[in-house]
Amino acid sequence: MPSGAEFGIIVLSLKVALVGVVFSLAPAIFFAYVLARADFPGKTMLDALVHLPLVLPPVVVGFALLLLFGRHGVFGAWLADWFGIVFAFRWTGAALAAAIMGFPLMVRAIRLSIAAIDRRLETVARTLGGSRAWVFASITLPLAMPGIVTGALLSFARSLGEFGATITFVSNIPGETETLPLAIYTFVQTPGGDAQALRLSLFAVVLSIAALIASEWLTRRSRKSKGGDDRR
Amino acid sequence: MIDVDIEQRLGRFELKVAFRAEAPIVGLFGRSGSGKTSLVNALAGTSRPHRGHIVINAETLFDSERGIDLPPDKRRLGYVFQDGLLFPHLDVESNLLYGLRRVPAAARVIDPAHVIQLLGLKSLLGRLPDKLSGGEKQRVAIGRALLAQPRLLLMDEPLASLDVPRQSEVLRYIEQLRDDLHIPIVYVSHAVGEITRLADTVVLLADGSALASGPVDEVMGRIDLRPHTGRYESGSVFETVVAAHDLVYGLTTLRFEGGELIVPNVEALVGERVRVRIRARDVALALARPAGLSVLNVLPATLVAIAAEEGPIVDVQLKVGQLPLAARITRRSAHELALREGQQVYALIKAVSLDRRSVGYA
Repeated sequence: MPSGAEFGIIVLSLKVALVGVVFSLAPAIFFAYVLARADFPGKTMLDALVHLPLVLPPVVVGFALLLLFGRHGVFGAWLADWFGIVFAFRWTGAALAAAIMGFPLMVRAIRLSIAAIDRRLETVARTLGGSRAWVFASITLPLAMPGIVTGALLSFARSLGEFGATITFVSNIPGETETLPLAIYTFVQTPGGDAQALRLSLFAVVLSIAALIASEWLTRRSRKSKGGDDRR
Repeated sequence: MIDVDIEQRLGRFELKVAFRAEAPIVGLFGRSGSGKTSLVNALAGTSRPHRGHIVINAETLFDSERGIDLPPDKRRLGYVFQDGLLFPHLDVESNLLYGLRRVPAAARVIDPAHVIQLLGLKSLLGRLPDKLSGGEKQRVAIGRALLAQPRLLLMDEPLASLDVPRQSEVLRYIEQLRDDLHIPIVYVSHAVGEITRLADTVVLLADGSALASGPVDEVMGRIDLRPHTGRYESGSVFETVVAAHDLVYGLTTLRFEGGELIVPNVEALVGERVRVRIRARDVALALARPAGLSVLNVLPATLVAIAAEEGPIVDVQLKVGQLPLAARITRRSAHELALREGQQVYALIKAVSLDRRSVGYA
Protein backbone atom coordinates (compact mmCIF):
# COMPACT_ATOMS: atom_id res chain seq x y z
CA MET A 1 0.00 0.00 0.00
CA PRO A 2 1.22 3.53 -0.71
CA SER A 3 2.43 5.57 2.24
CA GLY A 4 0.95 8.97 3.07
CA ALA A 5 3.41 10.89 0.92
CA GLU A 6 3.10 8.42 -1.94
CA PHE A 7 -0.66 8.56 -1.68
CA GLY A 8 -0.49 12.35 -2.00
CA ILE A 9 1.60 12.05 -5.16
CA ILE A 10 -0.80 9.54 -6.70
CA VAL A 11 -3.85 11.65 -5.87
CA LEU A 12 -2.19 14.74 -7.32
CA SER A 13 -1.30 12.85 -10.51
CA LEU A 14 -4.87 11.61 -10.89
CA LYS A 15 -6.25 15.08 -10.20
CA VAL A 16 -3.95 16.72 -12.74
CA ALA A 17 -4.77 14.15 -15.42
CA LEU A 18 -8.51 14.16 -14.72
CA VAL A 19 -8.84 17.96 -14.72
CA GLY A 20 -6.79 18.13 -17.89
CA VAL A 21 -9.07 15.62 -19.64
CA VAL A 22 -12.32 17.18 -18.42
CA PHE A 23 -11.41 20.66 -19.59
CA SER A 24 -9.99 19.60 -22.94
CA LEU A 25 -12.94 17.35 -23.84
CA ALA A 26 -15.24 20.04 -25.24
CA PRO A 27 -12.57 21.82 -27.32
CA ALA A 28 -11.31 18.45 -28.55
CA ILE A 29 -14.81 17.46 -29.74
CA PHE A 30 -15.18 20.84 -31.40
CA PHE A 31 -11.88 20.60 -33.30
CA ALA A 32 -12.48 16.94 -34.15
CA TYR A 33 -15.88 17.80 -35.63
CA VAL A 34 -14.50 20.73 -37.58
CA LEU A 35 -11.61 18.68 -38.93
CA ALA A 36 -13.82 15.71 -39.79
CA ARG A 37 -16.72 17.56 -41.35
CA ALA A 38 -15.87 21.07 -42.45
CA ASP A 39 -13.88 22.12 -45.47
CA PHE A 40 -12.24 25.50 -45.35
CA PRO A 41 -9.02 27.21 -46.36
CA GLY A 42 -6.35 26.76 -43.72
CA LYS A 43 -7.67 23.35 -42.63
CA THR A 44 -4.25 21.79 -43.12
CA MET A 45 -2.74 24.51 -40.93
CA LEU A 46 -5.27 23.88 -38.18
CA ASP A 47 -4.66 20.16 -38.44
CA ALA A 48 -0.91 20.72 -38.10
CA LEU A 49 -1.40 23.07 -35.17
CA VAL A 50 -3.51 20.52 -33.30
CA HIS A 51 -0.89 17.86 -33.89
CA LEU A 52 2.02 20.07 -32.89
CA PRO A 53 2.33 18.83 -29.25
CA LEU A 54 2.63 15.30 -30.60
CA VAL A 55 5.71 16.04 -32.68
CA LEU A 56 7.44 18.80 -30.73
CA PRO A 57 9.84 17.95 -27.90
CA PRO A 58 7.73 18.25 -24.71
CA VAL A 59 10.28 20.69 -23.30
CA VAL A 60 9.51 23.06 -26.17
CA VAL A 61 5.80 22.85 -25.39
CA GLY A 62 6.54 23.52 -21.73
CA PHE A 63 8.68 26.50 -22.64
CA ALA A 64 5.96 27.85 -24.95
CA LEU A 65 3.46 27.47 -22.13
CA LEU A 66 5.80 29.34 -19.84
CA LEU A 67 6.00 32.19 -22.33
CA LEU A 68 2.25 32.29 -22.96
CA PHE A 69 0.75 31.33 -19.61
CA GLY A 70 3.53 32.29 -17.22
CA ARG A 71 2.79 35.04 -14.72
CA HIS A 72 4.10 37.60 -17.21
CA GLY A 73 3.03 35.72 -20.28
CA VAL A 74 0.57 37.12 -22.82
CA PHE A 75 -2.42 35.10 -21.63
CA GLY A 76 -1.07 34.35 -18.18
CA ALA A 77 -1.08 37.98 -17.02
CA TRP A 78 -4.47 38.61 -18.53
CA LEU A 79 -6.08 35.49 -16.99
CA ALA A 80 -4.57 36.31 -13.59
CA ASP A 81 -5.78 39.94 -13.68
CA TRP A 82 -9.29 39.27 -14.88
CA PHE A 83 -10.19 35.85 -13.59
CA GLY A 84 -7.62 35.20 -10.92
CA ILE A 85 -6.58 32.03 -12.73
CA VAL A 86 -2.90 31.34 -12.24
CA PHE A 87 -1.09 28.51 -14.01
CA ALA A 88 2.55 29.24 -13.23
CA PHE A 89 4.00 26.87 -10.63
CA ARG A 90 0.57 25.58 -9.64
CA TRP A 91 -1.02 22.18 -10.11
CA THR A 92 -3.45 23.89 -12.55
CA GLY A 93 -0.42 24.54 -14.75
CA ALA A 94 0.44 20.86 -14.62
CA ALA A 95 -3.14 20.09 -15.68
CA LEU A 96 -2.84 22.58 -18.55
CA ALA A 97 0.41 21.01 -19.71
CA ALA A 98 -1.16 17.54 -19.48
CA ALA A 99 -4.21 18.68 -21.42
CA ILE A 100 -2.11 20.24 -24.20
CA MET A 101 0.09 17.16 -24.51
CA GLY A 102 -2.90 14.80 -24.61
CA PHE A 103 -4.93 17.00 -26.95
CA PRO A 104 -3.74 15.62 -30.31
CA LEU A 105 -4.41 12.04 -29.20
CA MET A 106 -7.89 12.97 -28.06
CA VAL A 107 -8.74 14.91 -31.23
CA ARG A 108 -7.45 12.11 -33.44
CA ALA A 109 -9.56 9.42 -31.80
CA ILE A 110 -12.72 11.54 -31.79
CA ARG A 111 -12.15 12.75 -35.33
CA LEU A 112 -11.85 9.20 -36.62
CA SER A 113 -15.09 8.15 -35.00
CA ILE A 114 -16.94 11.21 -36.31
CA ALA A 115 -15.60 10.63 -39.81
CA ALA A 116 -16.91 7.06 -39.62
CA ILE A 117 -20.49 8.19 -39.07
CA ASP A 118 -22.65 8.05 -42.21
CA ARG A 119 -23.37 11.71 -42.88
CA ARG A 120 -26.72 10.80 -44.32
CA LEU A 121 -27.82 9.85 -40.80
CA GLU A 122 -27.40 13.52 -39.90
CA THR A 123 -29.23 14.50 -43.08
CA VAL A 124 -32.16 12.24 -42.20
CA ALA A 125 -32.27 13.75 -38.73
CA ARG A 126 -32.36 17.24 -40.24
CA THR A 127 -35.25 16.34 -42.55
CA LEU A 128 -37.07 14.90 -39.55
CA GLY A 129 -37.11 18.38 -38.07
CA GLY A 130 -33.95 18.38 -35.97
CA SER A 131 -31.99 21.63 -35.85
CA ARG A 132 -28.25 21.50 -36.46
CA ALA A 133 -27.47 21.62 -32.73
CA TRP A 134 -30.06 19.01 -31.81
CA VAL A 135 -28.87 16.63 -34.52
CA PHE A 136 -25.33 17.01 -33.22
CA ALA A 137 -26.42 16.25 -29.66
CA SER A 138 -28.80 13.40 -30.45
CA ILE A 139 -27.08 11.67 -33.37
CA THR A 140 -23.46 12.69 -33.90
CA LEU A 141 -22.38 12.76 -30.27
CA PRO A 142 -23.83 9.39 -29.21
CA LEU A 143 -22.51 7.71 -32.35
CA ALA A 144 -19.05 9.18 -31.74
CA MET A 145 -19.08 8.03 -28.12
CA PRO A 146 -16.65 5.12 -28.55
CA GLY A 147 -14.13 7.54 -30.04
CA ILE A 148 -14.72 10.10 -27.31
CA VAL A 149 -14.17 7.48 -24.62
CA THR A 150 -11.03 6.19 -26.32
CA GLY A 151 -9.73 9.71 -26.84
CA ALA A 152 -10.36 10.71 -23.25
CA LEU A 153 -8.57 7.63 -21.94
CA LEU A 154 -5.63 8.04 -24.28
CA SER A 155 -5.26 11.61 -23.15
CA PHE A 156 -5.64 10.55 -19.51
CA ALA A 157 -2.92 7.91 -19.86
CA ARG A 158 -0.69 10.39 -21.68
CA SER A 159 -1.27 12.91 -18.87
CA LEU A 160 -0.30 10.42 -16.15
CA GLY A 161 3.05 10.00 -17.88
CA GLU A 162 3.60 13.67 -18.72
CA PHE A 163 7.08 14.82 -17.72
CA GLY A 164 8.93 17.25 -19.99
CA ALA A 165 6.34 19.94 -20.52
CA THR A 166 5.29 19.83 -16.89
CA ILE A 167 8.72 20.17 -15.37
CA THR A 168 9.59 22.99 -17.78
CA PHE A 169 6.38 24.91 -17.24
CA VAL A 170 5.56 24.49 -13.56
CA SER A 171 8.80 23.02 -12.21
CA ASN A 172 8.94 20.23 -9.63
CA ILE A 173 7.29 21.44 -6.45
CA PRO A 174 6.41 18.68 -3.94
CA GLY A 175 2.74 18.77 -3.01
CA GLU A 176 1.89 21.24 -5.80
CA THR A 177 3.25 20.08 -9.14
CA GLU A 178 5.16 16.92 -8.29
CA THR A 179 3.27 14.21 -10.16
CA LEU A 180 4.29 10.55 -10.32
CA PRO A 181 6.88 10.82 -13.12
CA LEU A 182 8.42 13.89 -11.52
CA ALA A 183 8.60 12.20 -8.13
CA ILE A 184 10.20 9.11 -9.66
CA TYR A 185 12.74 11.36 -11.38
CA THR A 186 13.52 13.07 -8.06
CA PHE A 187 14.12 9.77 -6.28
CA VAL A 188 16.30 8.49 -9.09
CA GLN A 189 18.41 11.62 -8.78
CA THR A 190 18.68 11.21 -4.99
CA PRO A 191 21.40 8.82 -3.70
CA GLY A 192 19.70 5.80 -2.11
CA GLY A 193 16.30 6.69 -3.57
CA ASP A 194 16.15 3.70 -5.92
CA ALA A 195 13.84 1.66 -3.71
CA GLN A 196 11.39 4.58 -3.51
CA ALA A 197 11.61 5.11 -7.27
CA LEU A 198 10.84 1.42 -7.80
CA ARG A 199 7.80 1.54 -5.50
CA LEU A 200 6.39 4.58 -7.33
CA SER A 201 7.09 2.97 -10.68
CA LEU A 202 5.02 -0.04 -9.61
CA PHE A 203 2.13 2.25 -8.71
CA ALA A 204 2.48 3.89 -12.12
CA VAL A 205 2.23 0.45 -13.76
CA VAL A 206 -0.87 -0.39 -11.72
CA LEU A 207 -2.53 2.91 -12.63
CA SER A 208 -1.78 2.47 -16.33
CA ILE A 209 -3.18 -1.05 -16.38
CA ALA A 210 -6.27 0.14 -14.53
CA ALA A 211 -6.76 2.89 -17.11
CA LEU A 212 -6.45 0.38 -19.95
CA ILE A 213 -8.96 -1.98 -18.38
CA ALA A 214 -11.35 0.90 -17.78
CA SER A 215 -10.97 1.95 -21.41
CA GLU A 216 -11.71 -1.55 -22.65
CA TRP A 217 -14.75 -1.82 -20.39
CA LEU A 218 -16.12 1.58 -21.37
CA THR A 219 -15.68 0.97 -25.08
CA ARG A 220 -17.46 -2.35 -24.79
CA ARG A 221 -20.28 -0.78 -22.84
CA SER A 222 -20.78 2.11 -25.24
CA ARG A 223 -20.68 -0.30 -28.14
CA LYS A 224 -23.32 -2.43 -26.51
CA SER A 225 -25.65 0.50 -25.89
CA LYS A 226 -25.01 1.68 -29.42
CA GLY A 227 -26.58 -1.32 -31.04
CA GLY A 228 -25.31 -4.61 -29.77
CA ASP A 229 -22.37 -4.94 -32.06
CA ASP A 230 -21.45 -8.37 -30.78
CA ARG A 231 -18.81 -9.07 -33.40
CA ARG A 232 -15.55 -9.25 -31.56
CA MET B 1 -49.33 20.47 -56.24
CA ILE B 2 -45.61 20.27 -56.78
CA ASP B 3 -44.09 23.07 -58.78
CA VAL B 4 -40.39 22.75 -59.44
CA ASP B 5 -38.17 24.80 -61.67
CA ILE B 6 -34.53 24.67 -60.71
CA GLU B 7 -31.05 24.89 -62.12
CA GLN B 8 -28.07 23.54 -60.31
CA ARG B 9 -24.52 22.79 -61.27
CA LEU B 10 -22.95 19.83 -59.50
CA GLY B 11 -19.39 19.43 -60.69
CA ARG B 12 -19.71 18.60 -64.36
CA PHE B 13 -23.31 17.56 -64.06
CA GLU B 14 -25.99 20.11 -64.75
CA LEU B 15 -29.42 19.69 -63.25
CA LYS B 16 -32.05 21.70 -65.05
CA VAL B 17 -35.48 20.48 -64.16
CA ALA B 18 -38.88 22.06 -64.52
CA PHE B 19 -42.20 20.34 -64.00
CA ARG B 20 -45.54 20.67 -62.30
CA ALA B 21 -47.36 17.67 -61.00
CA GLU B 22 -50.48 17.12 -59.00
CA ALA B 23 -51.21 13.62 -57.82
CA PRO B 24 -51.37 11.40 -54.77
CA ILE B 25 -48.19 9.75 -56.00
CA VAL B 26 -45.78 11.44 -58.36
CA GLY B 27 -43.16 9.14 -59.82
CA LEU B 28 -39.72 10.45 -60.62
CA PHE B 29 -38.41 8.02 -63.15
CA GLY B 30 -35.00 7.85 -64.77
CA ARG B 31 -31.93 5.73 -65.23
CA SER B 32 -29.13 5.99 -62.71
CA GLY B 33 -27.20 9.15 -63.36
CA SER B 34 -30.24 10.95 -64.72
CA GLY B 35 -30.31 13.32 -61.76
CA LYS B 36 -33.01 11.74 -59.60
CA THR B 37 -31.10 11.88 -56.36
CA SER B 38 -29.77 15.38 -57.07
CA LEU B 39 -33.32 16.52 -57.59
CA VAL B 40 -34.47 14.86 -54.38
CA ASN B 41 -31.62 16.50 -52.46
CA ALA B 42 -32.63 19.87 -53.81
CA LEU B 43 -36.24 19.21 -52.77
CA ALA B 44 -35.19 18.11 -49.28
CA GLY B 45 -32.96 21.13 -48.88
CA THR B 46 -29.70 19.27 -48.44
CA SER B 47 -28.27 20.89 -51.54
CA ARG B 48 -28.95 24.31 -52.95
CA PRO B 49 -29.86 25.12 -56.57
CA HIS B 50 -28.39 28.33 -57.90
CA ARG B 51 -31.61 29.42 -59.54
CA GLY B 52 -35.31 28.67 -59.52
CA HIS B 53 -38.09 27.78 -57.16
CA ILE B 54 -39.62 24.84 -55.35
CA VAL B 55 -43.23 25.19 -54.28
CA ILE B 56 -45.12 22.39 -52.58
CA ASN B 57 -48.80 22.72 -51.76
CA ALA B 58 -48.63 26.52 -52.15
CA GLU B 59 -45.72 26.67 -49.68
CA THR B 60 -42.52 28.10 -51.10
CA LEU B 61 -39.55 26.06 -49.90
CA PHE B 62 -37.01 27.66 -52.16
CA ASP B 63 -37.01 30.72 -54.36
CA SER B 64 -33.74 32.20 -55.51
CA GLU B 65 -35.33 35.48 -56.56
CA ARG B 66 -37.16 36.10 -53.33
CA GLY B 67 -34.23 34.84 -51.32
CA ILE B 68 -36.18 32.00 -49.71
CA ASP B 69 -34.29 28.86 -48.76
CA LEU B 70 -35.85 26.89 -45.93
CA PRO B 71 -33.39 24.65 -44.08
CA PRO B 72 -34.14 20.89 -44.22
CA ASP B 73 -35.66 20.84 -40.75
CA LYS B 74 -38.19 23.51 -41.69
CA ARG B 75 -39.28 21.96 -45.00
CA ARG B 76 -41.22 19.13 -43.44
CA LEU B 77 -40.61 16.62 -46.20
CA GLY B 78 -40.42 13.04 -45.01
CA TYR B 79 -37.31 11.75 -46.72
CA VAL B 80 -37.08 7.96 -46.98
CA PHE B 81 -33.67 6.82 -48.21
CA GLN B 82 -32.75 3.76 -50.23
CA ASP B 83 -31.30 1.86 -47.32
CA GLY B 84 -33.56 3.05 -44.53
CA LEU B 85 -30.80 4.73 -42.55
CA LEU B 86 -32.25 4.07 -39.13
CA PHE B 87 -30.35 5.59 -36.24
CA PRO B 88 -28.26 2.62 -35.10
CA HIS B 89 -28.06 3.69 -31.44
CA LEU B 90 -31.81 4.05 -30.99
CA ASP B 91 -34.42 1.30 -30.80
CA VAL B 92 -37.32 1.15 -33.25
CA GLU B 93 -39.63 3.12 -31.01
CA SER B 94 -37.16 5.97 -30.48
CA ASN B 95 -36.43 5.98 -34.20
CA LEU B 96 -40.14 6.29 -34.95
CA LEU B 97 -40.63 9.10 -32.46
CA TYR B 98 -37.49 11.05 -33.39
CA GLY B 99 -39.28 13.40 -35.75
CA LEU B 100 -42.58 13.44 -33.88
CA ARG B 101 -40.90 14.84 -30.79
CA ARG B 102 -39.80 17.91 -32.76
CA VAL B 103 -43.37 18.70 -33.78
CA PRO B 104 -45.61 20.79 -31.51
CA ALA B 105 -48.49 18.77 -30.08
CA ALA B 106 -51.11 20.85 -31.91
CA ALA B 107 -49.57 20.04 -35.29
CA ARG B 108 -49.58 16.27 -34.79
CA VAL B 109 -52.13 14.89 -37.20
CA ILE B 110 -50.62 11.51 -37.98
CA ASP B 111 -50.96 9.37 -34.91
CA PRO B 112 -48.16 6.97 -33.82
CA ALA B 113 -50.55 4.17 -32.89
CA HIS B 114 -52.15 4.36 -36.30
CA VAL B 115 -48.85 4.31 -38.16
CA ILE B 116 -47.52 1.45 -36.03
CA GLN B 117 -50.63 -0.56 -36.82
CA LEU B 118 -50.64 0.40 -40.50
CA LEU B 119 -47.02 -0.62 -41.04
CA GLY B 120 -47.20 -3.64 -38.73
CA LEU B 121 -44.45 -2.41 -36.41
CA LYS B 122 -45.90 -3.29 -33.03
CA SER B 123 -43.74 -6.33 -32.39
CA LEU B 124 -40.56 -4.51 -33.44
CA LEU B 125 -40.74 -1.50 -31.11
CA GLY B 126 -38.11 -2.59 -28.60
CA ARG B 127 -35.59 -3.84 -31.13
CA LEU B 128 -32.44 -2.20 -32.36
CA PRO B 129 -32.09 -1.59 -36.11
CA ASP B 130 -29.37 -4.17 -36.72
CA LYS B 131 -31.77 -6.87 -35.53
CA LEU B 132 -34.28 -6.06 -38.28
CA SER B 133 -34.66 -7.48 -41.78
CA GLY B 134 -34.32 -5.17 -44.78
CA GLY B 135 -38.08 -4.92 -45.25
CA GLU B 136 -38.66 -4.20 -41.58
CA LYS B 137 -35.99 -1.48 -41.61
CA GLN B 138 -37.62 0.18 -44.58
CA ARG B 139 -41.05 0.04 -42.92
CA VAL B 140 -39.64 1.67 -39.80
CA ALA B 141 -37.96 4.33 -41.95
CA ILE B 142 -41.26 5.07 -43.64
CA GLY B 143 -43.06 5.25 -40.30
CA ARG B 144 -40.39 7.53 -38.89
CA ALA B 145 -40.73 9.89 -41.85
CA LEU B 146 -44.53 9.85 -41.56
CA LEU B 147 -44.53 10.66 -37.86
CA ALA B 148 -42.48 13.80 -38.46
CA GLN B 149 -45.82 15.04 -39.84
CA PRO B 150 -44.52 15.83 -43.32
CA ARG B 151 -46.52 17.70 -45.94
CA LEU B 152 -45.05 15.29 -48.46
CA LEU B 153 -43.26 11.97 -48.40
CA LEU B 154 -40.08 11.81 -50.44
CA MET B 155 -39.08 8.23 -51.23
CA ASP B 156 -35.76 7.71 -52.96
CA GLU B 157 -35.62 4.17 -54.36
CA PRO B 158 -37.09 2.75 -51.16
CA LEU B 159 -37.09 -0.78 -52.55
CA ALA B 160 -33.67 -0.78 -54.18
CA SER B 161 -31.88 -2.60 -51.39
CA LEU B 162 -34.58 -5.24 -50.86
CA ASP B 163 -35.08 -8.67 -52.37
CA VAL B 164 -38.20 -9.34 -54.41
CA PRO B 165 -40.47 -10.76 -51.68
CA ARG B 166 -39.56 -7.83 -49.36
CA GLN B 167 -40.20 -5.43 -52.22
CA SER B 168 -43.77 -6.53 -52.67
CA GLU B 169 -44.26 -6.50 -48.89
CA VAL B 170 -43.16 -2.86 -48.66
CA LEU B 171 -45.04 -1.90 -51.85
CA ARG B 172 -48.25 -3.19 -50.32
CA TYR B 173 -47.64 -1.00 -47.24
CA ILE B 174 -46.95 2.06 -49.38
CA GLU B 175 -50.20 1.49 -51.25
CA GLN B 176 -51.99 1.22 -47.94
CA LEU B 177 -50.67 4.48 -46.58
CA ARG B 178 -51.49 6.28 -49.77
CA ASP B 179 -55.11 5.15 -49.41
CA ASP B 180 -55.25 5.65 -45.66
CA LEU B 181 -53.37 8.81 -44.84
CA HIS B 182 -53.88 10.81 -48.03
CA ILE B 183 -50.35 12.07 -47.88
CA PRO B 184 -48.81 13.01 -51.21
CA ILE B 185 -45.76 10.99 -52.16
CA VAL B 186 -42.89 11.68 -54.51
CA TYR B 187 -41.61 8.27 -55.46
CA VAL B 188 -38.20 8.04 -57.09
CA SER B 189 -37.26 4.90 -58.96
CA HIS B 190 -35.52 3.47 -61.96
CA ALA B 191 -37.86 0.47 -61.97
CA VAL B 192 -40.77 0.81 -64.41
CA GLY B 193 -42.74 -1.80 -62.46
CA GLU B 194 -42.74 0.24 -59.27
CA ILE B 195 -43.53 3.50 -61.02
CA THR B 196 -46.42 2.13 -63.03
CA ARG B 197 -47.83 0.25 -60.09
CA LEU B 198 -47.74 3.20 -57.69
CA ALA B 199 -47.59 6.50 -59.49
CA ASP B 200 -50.40 8.46 -61.04
CA THR B 201 -48.24 11.12 -62.57
CA VAL B 202 -44.73 10.52 -63.73
CA VAL B 203 -41.83 12.85 -64.41
CA LEU B 204 -39.28 11.35 -66.75
CA LEU B 205 -35.72 12.46 -66.03
CA ALA B 206 -32.77 12.08 -68.34
CA ASP B 207 -29.37 13.79 -68.28
CA GLY B 208 -30.42 16.17 -65.55
CA SER B 209 -33.60 17.47 -67.10
CA ALA B 210 -37.27 16.56 -67.14
CA LEU B 211 -38.07 15.16 -70.59
CA ALA B 212 -41.75 14.67 -70.00
CA SER B 213 -44.32 14.72 -67.28
CA GLY B 214 -47.94 13.64 -67.20
CA PRO B 215 -50.18 10.66 -66.49
CA VAL B 216 -48.18 7.45 -66.16
CA ASP B 217 -49.76 5.58 -69.06
CA GLU B 218 -49.38 8.55 -71.35
CA VAL B 219 -45.71 9.19 -70.65
CA MET B 220 -44.63 5.58 -70.34
CA GLY B 221 -46.59 4.63 -73.44
CA ARG B 222 -44.97 7.18 -75.72
CA ILE B 223 -42.92 5.52 -78.41
CA ASP B 224 -40.56 8.50 -78.80
CA LEU B 225 -39.51 8.19 -75.13
CA ARG B 226 -38.61 4.51 -75.49
CA PRO B 227 -34.86 5.15 -75.31
CA HIS B 228 -35.42 6.50 -71.80
CA THR B 229 -38.25 4.36 -70.52
CA GLY B 230 -36.56 1.25 -71.82
CA ARG B 231 -37.56 -1.20 -74.52
CA TYR B 232 -37.85 -4.41 -72.60
CA GLU B 233 -40.08 -3.03 -69.93
CA SER B 234 -42.42 -1.08 -72.14
CA GLY B 235 -46.09 -1.58 -71.54
CA SER B 236 -49.35 0.14 -70.73
CA VAL B 237 -51.25 0.78 -67.58
CA PHE B 238 -54.99 0.34 -67.24
CA GLU B 239 -56.97 1.82 -64.39
CA THR B 240 -59.73 -0.67 -63.71
CA VAL B 241 -62.45 -1.57 -61.24
CA VAL B 242 -63.10 -5.08 -60.02
CA ALA B 243 -66.33 -6.15 -61.71
CA ALA B 244 -66.73 -9.80 -60.74
CA HIS B 245 -64.95 -12.83 -59.36
CA ASP B 246 -65.22 -16.20 -61.00
CA LEU B 247 -64.82 -18.54 -58.06
CA VAL B 248 -64.98 -21.72 -60.13
CA TYR B 249 -62.00 -20.85 -62.31
CA GLY B 250 -60.31 -18.46 -59.93
CA LEU B 251 -60.49 -15.52 -62.28
CA THR B 252 -61.35 -11.87 -61.79
CA THR B 253 -63.02 -9.59 -64.29
CA LEU B 254 -61.78 -6.03 -64.31
CA ARG B 255 -63.74 -3.27 -66.00
CA PHE B 256 -62.21 -0.24 -67.63
CA GLU B 257 -63.48 2.49 -69.90
CA GLY B 258 -64.30 0.66 -73.07
CA GLY B 259 -63.97 -2.96 -72.10
CA GLU B 260 -63.16 -5.73 -69.68
CA LEU B 261 -60.07 -7.68 -68.79
CA ILE B 262 -59.95 -11.17 -67.32
CA VAL B 263 -57.02 -11.83 -65.03
CA PRO B 264 -56.06 -14.52 -62.51
CA ASN B 265 -57.64 -14.06 -59.11
CA VAL B 266 -57.11 -10.59 -57.63
CA GLU B 267 -57.49 -10.22 -53.89
CA ALA B 268 -59.74 -7.18 -53.99
CA LEU B 269 -63.41 -6.62 -53.39
CA VAL B 270 -65.88 -5.96 -56.20
CA GLY B 271 -65.88 -2.21 -56.83
CA GLU B 272 -62.29 -1.66 -55.70
CA ARG B 273 -59.89 0.13 -58.00
CA VAL B 274 -57.08 -1.94 -59.41
CA ARG B 275 -54.28 -0.96 -61.72
CA VAL B 276 -53.05 -3.40 -64.34
CA ARG B 277 -49.88 -3.16 -66.27
CA ILE B 278 -49.82 -4.92 -69.60
CA ARG B 279 -46.40 -5.52 -71.11
CA ALA B 280 -46.24 -4.71 -74.80
CA ARG B 281 -44.70 -8.10 -75.61
CA ASP B 282 -47.72 -9.85 -74.08
CA VAL B 283 -50.07 -8.22 -76.57
CA ALA B 284 -50.70 -9.99 -79.90
CA LEU B 285 -52.68 -8.58 -82.81
CA ALA B 286 -55.31 -10.06 -85.12
CA LEU B 287 -57.14 -8.47 -88.05
CA ALA B 288 -60.39 -10.37 -87.39
CA ARG B 289 -61.84 -11.70 -84.16
CA PRO B 290 -60.25 -15.13 -83.90
CA ALA B 291 -62.20 -18.23 -82.94
CA GLY B 292 -61.04 -21.39 -81.22
CA LEU B 293 -58.43 -19.58 -79.14
CA SER B 294 -57.21 -20.04 -75.59
CA VAL B 295 -56.63 -16.32 -75.14
CA LEU B 296 -59.35 -14.91 -72.90
CA ASN B 297 -58.92 -11.23 -73.58
CA VAL B 298 -59.77 -10.16 -77.11
CA LEU B 299 -60.13 -6.39 -77.22
CA PRO B 300 -61.25 -4.40 -80.27
CA ALA B 301 -58.73 -1.64 -80.79
CA THR B 302 -57.69 1.12 -83.15
CA LEU B 303 -54.14 1.27 -84.42
CA VAL B 304 -52.72 4.69 -83.64
CA ALA B 305 -49.06 4.48 -84.56
CA ILE B 306 -46.40 2.10 -85.75
CA ALA B 307 -42.80 2.86 -84.89
CA ALA B 308 -40.69 2.84 -88.01
CA GLU B 309 -37.88 0.58 -86.94
CA GLU B 310 -35.21 -1.40 -88.73
CA GLY B 311 -34.73 -4.29 -86.35
CA PRO B 312 -36.78 -7.47 -86.02
CA ILE B 313 -39.18 -5.89 -83.53
CA VAL B 314 -41.82 -3.22 -84.02
CA ASP B 315 -43.73 -1.28 -81.39
CA VAL B 316 -47.35 -0.59 -82.16
CA GLN B 317 -49.51 1.93 -80.37
CA LEU B 318 -53.18 1.04 -79.99
CA LYS B 319 -56.20 2.58 -78.45
CA VAL B 320 -58.75 0.43 -76.63
CA GLY B 321 -61.72 2.67 -76.00
CA GLN B 322 -59.92 5.73 -74.68
CA LEU B 323 -56.96 3.89 -73.19
CA PRO B 324 -53.60 3.63 -74.94
CA LEU B 325 -52.24 0.10 -75.27
CA ALA B 326 -48.78 -0.77 -76.53
CA ALA B 327 -48.11 -3.95 -78.47
CA ARG B 328 -44.81 -5.41 -79.56
CA ILE B 329 -44.71 -7.67 -82.59
CA THR B 330 -42.16 -8.76 -85.17
CA ARG B 331 -41.57 -6.59 -88.18
CA ARG B 332 -42.49 -9.56 -90.32
CA SER B 333 -45.96 -9.81 -88.72
CA ALA B 334 -46.52 -6.10 -89.16
CA HIS B 335 -45.59 -6.50 -92.81
CA GLU B 336 -47.68 -9.62 -93.45
CA LEU B 337 -50.75 -8.16 -91.78
CA ALA B 338 -50.16 -4.92 -93.71
CA LEU B 339 -50.76 -2.91 -90.57
CA ARG B 340 -51.37 0.77 -91.05
CA GLU B 341 -52.43 3.63 -88.86
CA GLY B 342 -56.17 4.06 -88.27
CA GLN B 343 -56.87 0.39 -88.84
CA GLN B 344 -59.31 -1.59 -86.69
CA VAL B 345 -57.63 -4.62 -85.08
CA TYR B 346 -58.06 -6.99 -82.17
CA ALA B 347 -55.59 -7.01 -79.30
CA LEU B 348 -55.07 -10.44 -77.75
CA ILE B 349 -53.84 -10.67 -74.17
CA LYS B 350 -53.39 -13.95 -72.35
CA ALA B 351 -54.88 -13.74 -68.89
CA VAL B 352 -51.94 -15.67 -67.43
CA SER B 353 -49.51 -13.01 -68.57
CA LEU B 354 -51.19 -10.62 -66.15
CA ASP B 355 -49.76 -12.15 -63.03
CA ARG B 356 -49.72 -10.93 -59.49
CA ARG B 357 -46.85 -8.56 -60.09
CA SER B 358 -48.60 -6.66 -62.85
CA VAL B 359 -51.76 -6.08 -60.82
CA GLY B 360 -51.61 -3.48 -58.09
CA TYR B 361 -54.10 -1.79 -55.87
CA ALA B 362 -54.98 1.68 -57.04
